[in-house]
Amino acid sequence: MGIFILRRLGVMLLTALCLTFIVFWLTNLYPNLEKLAKTQGNFRMSDEAVSSYLGDRGYLQPMPVKFGQWLGVMPGWVTEKDDGKVFGRCFVEGTPEQERPTFCGIIQGDWGFSTVFKDDVGATVMTRLALTGKLMLCVLLLMVPSALIVGVLAGMREGSKLDRSLSTFSIATTATPEYVSGVIFIAVLASSKFGISPVLAEWGWIDSKTLFLGSATSAMADANFWNFFLPVLTISLYGMGYIARMTRASMAEVMTAQYIRTARLKGVKFSDIVLKHALRNALIAPFTVIMLQIPWLLNGVVIVETLFNYKGFGWLLVQAASNNDIELLLAVSVVSVVVVLVTQLISDIGYVYLNPRIRIS
Amino acid sequence: MEPLTWTGSLSGLNFIFIIVAGLLVLSVLASILVSLVPSSDARAVGADGSLATDKGAAGFINMLTGYLFYAFIAVVLAYLVGGVIMGTSAGIFGGMSRQFLPVWIALIVTFALSITYKRRLGLYGKLFDSTVGMIGFAIVMFWVFTGIMGGVMDLLITHDSLSQVSGMKNKLPGTPLSGAEDGDFGWFLLGGDNLARDVFSRLIKGSWVVVQIAPMATLFAFMVGITLGLPAGYYGGRLDTVLSFLANLILAFPVILLFYLLVTPEIVLTGIPNYMAVFLFIFPIIFVAILLNSRFYTQPSLRTPLLIVVLGVLGWLYLSLISSNGAIVDTGTYRIPGLPAVLDGFDIDGGILVVFVSVVFVNSPTVFRIVRGLALDIKTRDYVAAAQTRGEGPWYIMLWEILPNARGPLIVDFCLRIGYTTILLGTLGFFGLGLESESPDWGSTINAGRRLLSLYPHAAIAPALALLSLVLGLNLLADGLREESLRD
Repeated sequence: MGIFILRRLGVMLLTALCLTFIVFWLTNLYPNLEKLAKTQGNFRMSDEAVSSYLGDRGYLQPMPVKFGQWLGVMPGWVTEKDDGKVFGRCFVEGTPEQERPTFCGIIQGDWGFSTVFKDDVGATVMTRLALTGKLMLCVLLLMVPSALIVGVLAGMREGSKLDRSLSTFSIATTATPEYVSGVIFIAVLASSKFGISPVLAEWGWIDSKTLFLGSATSAMADANFWNFFLPVLTISLYGMGYIARMTRASMAEVMTAQYIRTARLKGVKFSDIVLKHALRNALIAPFTVIMLQIPWLLNGVVIVETLFNYKGFGWLLVQAASNNDIELLLAVSVVSVVVVLVTQLISDIGYVYLNPRIRIS
Repeated sequence: MEPLTWTGSLSGLNFIFIIVAGLLVLSVLASILVSLVPSSDARAVGADGSLATDKGAAGFINMLTGYLFYAFIAVVLAYLVGGVIMGTSAGIFGGMSRQFLPVWIALIVTFALSITYKRRLGLYGKLFDSTVGMIGFAIVMFWVFTGIMGGVMDLLITHDSLSQVSGMKNKLPGTPLSGAEDGDFGWFLLGGDNLARDVFSRLIKGSWVVVQIAPMATLFAFMVGITLGLPAGYYGGRLDTVLSFLANLILAFPVILLFYLLVTPEIVLTGIPNYMAVFLFIFPIIFVAILLNSRFYTQPSLRTPLLIVVLGVLGWLYLSLISSNGAIVDTGTYRIPGLPAVLDGFDIDGGILVVFVSVVFVNSPTVFRIVRGLALDIKTRDYVAAAQTRGEGPWYIMLWEILPNARGPLIVDFCLRIGYTTILLGTLGFFGLGLESESPDWGSTINAGRRLLSLYPHAAIAPALALLSLVLGLNLLADGLREESLRD
C-alpha cells in the first residue's frame, strides 16, 4: 500500500509539473505578453516600448528559465537600468543589496504578484478559495445525500414505477447544464416581475419582493437560505443526476446478489434488507463517483459564480484568464490541478479500503 | 395590430390542458405510492379452471395513468394542429406551430417511413420499439430539421436574425412589429432581445450552429479516441502507459481553464489552433486507411485502387478543412502554404474552427479511456484468440474483431457525448469565447440575455429551454438505444 501511494504521488507530481508548464507556456506566448504589456502600460505603446517593458520585467528570457524562476529553482531576474535603478523578480526598487533574495518561487512560498488585483497572489487565492469552500461544502451537503437517496430508492426495486420516475428525473438533471438551470431558476424564482415571486408576494406569503435572491454577492459576507440557496441548488442538480444513476446501478446489482435472496427467503423485512444488508455494499461504487465528481463541480462553480456574481475561486479564474494575469492564472491552475489529482488519489485509496475484494500488495 | 397572447383563440383548451396535466402528475404520484405497498395479489379460479388475477388498485391506477398520458398528448397535438391551421390567431404557440410546419411534415415522414420498415433497419429500427427512445429521437430530429431548414434554407425564420428593428428592444413575446410593411411577418413571436432582434429567428439560426458542430466534433473525437485507444488497450505496455498519462493530463485540466487558454484571440494569433487542427483532423484519414488496408491487404488488386480513391477524397477534404486563403498557418510573421484557393473546396470560419478543435481536444481523452477499457475487456474473448490463431494481423483484430463487438456501448456513448458537446458549446458561448458576440448560437444568446434576466427573461429563457430539450432528447435517445442494444 505504501509503495502504491508513493508511486501515485510521484505520478501526481509529474502530472502537476507538466500541466503547470503547459499553462505557463500558453500564457507566456508573445501575443499574450504583448496584451499584458499594453493593459499594464498603455494601449498605444510602440513595439519597441512593449519589448523594453517586457525585457525589463524578465518576460523575454527563454521559457525554461522563466519556468525555473517561477518554481524557485533558478535565481530570479535582476534588471539594472541605465539610470542606476535596480529591481528584480524577488525585490522591489530600492532594496539594499544585502537584503535581496536570489530565489523566489513557489518552493519558497512566493506565488508572485497579481497584475489585475495589485495584490499578493497567495493571499488573493486563499480568500477566494475560502469563499468557494463555503459554496462547495453546501453543495456537497445538499447533493450527496439527495443523490444517494434518489439512487437507492430507484435501485431497490429495479423497473418499478418509482425507479422509472426517479431515473427520468436524474436523466433530466444531467441534461441541464448549470447555465440553463441557473437562468431558469432566476427567471422563475428570483424575478420580481415574472415567475412565482410576484404571486407569492401578492398573497403575502413572502415578506421580500422575491422568493430567492438572484445575486449571491451578499452571501460572500453573510450566507443565508434566501441569498445562497439558488447557486447551491444549481450546482447540485447537475452533479446529482450522475451520482444518482451510478448509485442506482450499484444498488440494482447488489439487490440481485445471493445474500439478498437468502435474506428475503429467511423472511427479513424489506426495509431491513435494504438498510442493513444492501446499502453498505451498494455505497462502495458511488463513493468513487462522488470523489471523481468533485473536479467536475469546479466547472459548475465557475459558471455559477459568474452567473450569480459570487466572487469566489471560479470568478477569480475567469478574471485571471480573461486578463492574462500570468502568475494568478498559474496559481489558480495549480490549485485546480491539485484538487483533481488529490480527489483521484482519495478515490483510489478509499476504494481499496472499502472493497475488501481488492488488495494492493 | 394587437399583441398576441400565448394561445389566442385556442385559450379554451388551456383549462382542459391544466386539468389533464394536473391529473397526470397526480396519477403518477399515486402509482408510485401504490407501488410501495405490496400487492394483495387476489387470485380467482374461474368455472373453466382458468386462473385470473385481479389487477388491484395498482393496475387500475397504471391504466388511468396510461389514458391520461394519451389525453395529454392529444391536447398538445390539438394545440399544434390548431396552430398550423389558424396561424397567429391561435396565439404565439399557434404562430410558432405554423412556422414549424415544414419540420412537422419532415418529422411525420421520417417516423412513418422508419416505423413501416423498422424490422429491416437493425438497431435504428429497434429504437422504435421503445417509447423513451422514440421521444428522444423525435426531439433530436426536431432540432436537426430545424437547424437544416432554418439555418441553411431560411425557411422557418420570421425575420432576419441580425437586423435590429427600432422600437422592438426588450419587447415581450407576441409584440406586434413596429413599422411593419407589407410582406413582413407582423409579430416578434418570442419578443425582442436587448439589441431589438427577433428572439425566435435567432433561436432557429442558433440551432444550426449546434447541429453543425456537435455531431461532427463528436465524430472526430471518436476517430481520435478509437485510433489511439484500441492499440493502447490491445498492446498494453509502454505505449499504454504513455498514452494514458497524456490522456489523464488533459483530463486533469478544468475544461473552462483549457477553453480560456485555447480560445482567446491572442492564442489564435499564434496559430496553435491551426497546428492542433492539422494534428487532430489527420486521425480520421489514418483510421480509414488502416481500416481498409487491414481488411483488403490480401487482395491488392482491390485494395490499391480503393485506397487511392478514398484517401484522395479524404485528403482533399482534410486539406480544404485546415487551409484557408491558401495557407495552413498564417500568423502574420510567417505562413505555411496549404491548398491553393482554387482547389480549396470550402472555408471554415476561423472562430468555428477554433471552437471545433478545442471541443474535439477536450472530448477525445474520455473516448480514448472508454475505448481502451473496452479493448482490454474484449481482447480476452475466444474469438480474438481464434483470430490470432488464424494469423490475422493486430490491426485487423482491433478494427474488425474488437471494434464491432464494442459498438453497443460506443453508440450509446456517442449519443450522450453529442449532448455533452452541446453543453460544452453552450459553455463556450456563455463565457463569450470563440464565436462572435453577435452569433445566434444558444450559449452566446444566454450570455447576452442574462444581464437583464430578472426584468426581461424571455431573451435568455428561450435558448436555455431549446438547449435543455436538445440535450434531454439526446439523453433519452441514448437511454432507448441502451435498452434496445441490451435486449439483443
